[in-house]
Amino acid sequence: MEICVCVKRVPMVGGTIVVTPDEQDVDTSMAGFTVSPHEECGVEEAVQLVERLGGSVTVLTLGPPQAADQLRDMLALGANRAILLQTGGAEWGPVATADAIAGCLAERGFDLLLFGNEAADTGGYQVPVRVAHALGVPCVTGIKRLDVMSGSGDGRGSIAAGREYAGVEETFEVPLPAVVSVKEGINLPRYPSLPGRLRAKRAAFETIELAAPAPGGLAKRRLTVPAASASRAEVLGSGAAAVPALVRLLDELGVLR
Amino acid sequence: MTVLCLVEIADGGLRDASKRALGVARGLAGSAGEEAAAVWVGPAEAISRSELGAAGVSVGYAISLGDGVGYAPVAWARGLAGLAGAPGSAGSADVAGSHESAGLVDSAGSRESAGLVDSAGPVSAVVAAATDRGNEVLAHLAAITGLPMAANCVSAVRSRSDQTDLVRQRWAGSLLEEATLDSPLALLTVAADAVAQPEASPAGAAGVAEMAGVTGVIGTAGVAGVTGLAETTHPVVHVYQPDLAEADLLVQATESADRRSGVSLATARVVVGGGRGVGGPDGFSVLEELADLLGGALGVSRVVTSQGWRPHRQQVGQTGTKISPELYLACGISGAIQHMAGCQGAKTIVAINTDPDAPIIAKANYAVIGDLHEVLPALIAALKSADEDG
Ligand SMILES: Cc1cc2nc3c(=O)[nH]c(=O)nc-3n(C[C@H](O)[C@H](O)[C@H](O)COP(=O)(O)OP(=O)(O)OC[C@H]3O[C@@H](n4cnc5c(N)ncnc54)[C@H](O)[C@@H]3O)c2cc1C
Ligand SMILES: Nc1ncnc2c1ncn2[C@@H]1O[C@H](COP(=O)(O)O)[C@@H](O)[C@H]1O
Repeated sequence: MEICVCVKRVPMVGGTIVVTPDEQDVDTSMAGFTVSPHEECGVEEAVQLVERLGGSVTVLTLGPPQAADQLRDMLALGANRAILLQTGGAEWGPVATADAIAGCLAERGFDLLLFGNEAADTGGYQVPVRVAHALGVPCVTGIKRLDVMSGSGDGRGSIAAGREYAGVEETFEVPLPAVVSVKEGINLPRYPSLPGRLRAKRAAFETIELAAPAPGGLAKRRLTVPAASASRAEVLGSGAAAVPALVRLLDELGVLR
Repeated sequence: MTVLCLVEIADGGLRDASKRALGVARGLAGSAGEEAAAVWVGPAEAISRSELGAAGVSVGYAISLGDGVGYAPVAWARGLAGLAGAPGSAGSADVAGSHESAGLVDSAGSRESAGLVDSAGPVSAVVAAATDRGNEVLAHLAAITGLPMAANCVSAVRSRSDQTDLVRQRWAGSLLEEATLDSPLALLTVAADAVAQPEASPAGAAGVAEMAGVTGVIGTAGVAGVTGLAETTHPVVHVYQPDLAEADLLVQATESADRRSGVSLATARVVVGGGRGVGGPDGFSVLEELADLLGGALGVSRVVTSQGWRPHRQQVGQTGTKISPELYLACGISGAIQHMAGCQGAKTIVAINTDPDAPIIAKANYAVIGDLHEVLPALIAALKSADEDG
């Protein structure tokens, strides 16, 4: 089974988020970079499927040259090959991103295309769906359970993909090839092993340079950090000595039974 | 022109998130002197006319996909595309042009006698709550029409024709983006928990009568359970049957009841949260005991789930569950933005942390500085003895 997983490089912001003075980007001078937990789970799912059914896992990202770091992280988790759709570093919107990814994947014959449900930073909620329409394959999103049924005859098999919605379990059965976007919780990703890291260094790496996309559609004007609603916490006390004050507070809040 | 708002049905009425999305849809329509209409997939009587009226809506469209069809995102999107008179296939060379002409379809056509409409007339925007379904269906609609889409908006106004100024969430609400959407058909989803529940406002009866007069469409006069309110307001419900291809129904849900029991994290009145500071999988029994005492649920940080200490369904945050309790007691949690994105709905946050400089101290309402392994057993003992006393 040939699987491709699409991941996006995003800054690993922690306790606070700071915007650059021109209000166009998140200040990443102090930040490391990572991918969304949803996407990491996508890679883990692909690696587990290939361990069971054979085949290979390709990871793909569209981003600046430094996004190669994230591809190497994913190779260390067990992916076999990597594709970097290299940009000049400017932010690409979801329409242009999906076009470029679909263009790259069209002729490669993957059985399963895995995505995160939404990108961690821009949260567009659409790239997988757009890629599916561009390729003419079915798409299921927000998946937390995935079973693959092998194909009979010429068939490439099918999947049963599940998610919970408003307290109800939904299951979708679709033929392969298909686009599936997953959410964290579908599995517990492994930690990269030392052999994995060494393999990552030697893995096949394909780089395709992209020209800047045409502007239009949804255009960012500025980024702002929402005003904090609460000011600094009122300290009730230290250690167990704070318990009487804490009990009084719980009583005032009306949460004691 | 009309702003269509896709609404979802829960417990026999409008889902709360959909009411909030309707508020934003009405605001967007109002900014351009237009009307908002509600659209749902299902029977015409799935939403009562009194509830539509209370939501300030005078026209509803029920998209009928036929009996026995489960949730089918592509079919829902085709229904919306057809109702909006948008081109049905991606790659249409002249989206604006064909949209314009399709908008002139006379809804009082031959299907009128069956209570059916051919379109909603000219449509300027399609809005939905940013639920899993709302985001998914609008993404399909965006892909089908080849138009841009903005997810998780917290406000939207028409700045000029074909242009919408909006504010949307990034990083699950930890960051806001002000943006301009250039499109003849604005496609937006609304971050429902970040916008206010709109006031109930009965629609003017006169306006509705006029609307019905203009379109000449037969509403579902036979809707059961019409209440007193519906006598003063007369929302009209039209039925729309999209032309579907077999492929549009390929992705279709079969449903089975969720077997999970106990207090649900998303709706719990009290959540006791545990992070890395809990120290290991065994440390959580104390937090569970406290949660039980308070009739609440246990929530955890991502460090806890990725270590395998607790299952992911207990994770609070951007890639976990969003909670909105009266009290969130966050123990041994540093307060990373991705964690806090999941508890913005909490009324009161109390942090227990050994580090007075942890980011959560600047975000919580109250704090206890100390070791949770000392504070929590003492708190449990105090609550139990208070119970015995009184
Ligand atoms: C895209 C993305 C999505 C993410 N989604 C989520 C998400 O959904 N949910 C989530 O939680 N995180 C999420 N994260 C991870 C997040 O950035 C943090 O890494 C995580 O929340 C930290 O967990 P923590 O607070 O338990 O651990 P830490 O940051 O290590 O904090 C532990 C805290 O415990 C305190 N402590 C230690 N010992 C004690 C003690 N004995 N008593 C009291 N206090 C003590 C310490 O002072 C410290 O403040 C996401 C990250 C990314 C990049
Ligand atoms: N620049 C990118 N490179 C690779 N994959 C991406 C990129 N942007 C988005 N994706 C994929 O599409 C998913 C949804 O992204 P979005 O629609 O932008 O929220 C992500 O979780 C990724 O799997």
